[in-house]
Amino acid sequence: MYEFDWSSIPGALPFLWDGMKITLEITVQAIVIGIVWGTLLAMMRLSSIKPLSWFAAGYVNLFRAVPLVMVLLWFFLIVPKFIETLFNFPPGADLRLSSAMMGFALFESAYYSEIIRAGIQSVPKGQVAAAYALGMNYRQAMRLVILPQAFRNMIPLLLTQAIILFQDTSLVYVSALADFFGAAYKVGDRDGRLVELLLFAGAVYFVICFSVSRLVKHFQNKYHPA
Amino acid sequence: MIKIANVSKHYGAFQVLSECSTSVSKGEVVVVCGPSGSGKSTLIKCVNGLEPFQSGEIIVNGTSVGDPKTNLPKLRAGVGMVFQNFELFPHMSITENLAIAQLKVLGRSTEEAMDKGLKLLERVGLKAQADKFPGQLSGGQQQRVAIARALAMDPICMLFDEPTSALDPEMVNEVLDVMTELAQEGMTMMCVTHEMGFARRVAHRVIFMDQGRIVEDDDKEAFFANPRAERAQQFLAKILHH
Repeated sequence: MYEFDWSSIPGALPFLWDGMKITLEITVQAIVIGIVWGTLLAMMRLSSIKPLSWFAAGYVNLFRAVPLVMVLLWFFLIVPKFIETLFNFPPGADLRLSSAMMGFALFESAYYSEIIRAGIQSVPKGQVAAAYALGMNYRQAMRLVILPQAFRNMIPLLLTQAIILFQDTSLVYVSALADFFGAAYKVGDRDGRLVELLLFAGAVYFVICFSVSRLVKHFQNKYHPA
Repeated sequence: MIKIANVSKHYGAFQVLSECSTSVSKGEVVVVCGPSGSGKSTLIKCVNGLEPFQSGEIIVNGTSVGDPKTNLPKLRAGVGMVFQNFELFPHMSITENLAIAQLKVLGRSTEEAMDKGLKLLERVGLKAQADKFPGQLSGGQQQRVAIARALAMDPICMLFDEPTSALDPEMVNEVLDVMTELAQEGMTMMCVTHEMGFARRVAHRVIFMDQGRIVEDDDKEAFFANPRAERAQQFLAKILHH
């Protein structure tokens, strides 16, 4: 019978907290870049200018058809080398981690862009017509009329995606980033207590994700009472 | 003020407008009627360039709408439009709805825009609703706000696209009253509507459309007394029995 021994956790908490900070940093960065770049992609996808629409469609389909782990490895192993050669970087500069984080954000943008595209399309066409009829140009109509309504409709989906994204950050362990999962793994490995540490990490992920999903429910009931 | 000359539009093989020509002079109130699918809404949306058209020409206050060099936002800022479904911005309060385009399109100061908005709100009898949101108002109230919002831009003419079709019957008159008052003040108006009572009382001219064509374009008196086109006679006979 396996004997649980949780004693290595309390001492490791500061180290685990550092890992959590990295996890949160990656999550927040991916959300911010994902929403900004995703919004631009969604607008390109819906644009009447064909090359822009093709580019956005290609981008989204490419990233959605490739596993995240693979994208992270590309951005960890291949892209930094490529950039070094291309821009003549000194070999000392380590681009690998920031590159992996960027890859993560670019990957998530593809998913965000699909959510945002659906959000923009959920705003009735008459709203665009009304904005134009008042003399607004495309940018004003988008910024003042369409996007605020689209984002309000999208809050639950955006939060759900944020939960998925938060969990997906654990995949950055392939690029040796000491995120929360990576930190837990290292401590467990060091103390020979991998089972305890992984159970503990799982519990933490569960508590955070479950709380946020309750929050999503709350927003859903507030904006779309059943 | 508005000149429409030989305007045609098609979606693929489907002809929506064929060779439509008419004009609206300053201070004139023109009612456009006809069965659904006759192209009347499409025609009125061509006037401010919300719908593109393939051939012909529309001139609004000296500016050609179809010309690719025309600054459409600028032209639209001077042409008020009221929609069937009101299209107030649901995420903004009534005051914000009235102010937004004045601020962002005309570049007015906040004070000026608020002032103008409140005056117009008072005029349509809704000053008490200033801080509410569109969803809290009845359809008739929303449409009156939409008229006020268009008027806040100091338009040279107003386009109405079936402004009472989405309203409960008891709310139709409050909207028509505002429109009537506007007409009496000399506003140039082009109204797509089935409200023949309004047409009788207020319009100077009536245009009847069928299958994308203008089949009748006459003074009000002549139109109601003796419509020339057979299709218009049938339409009137049906609609006036209600």
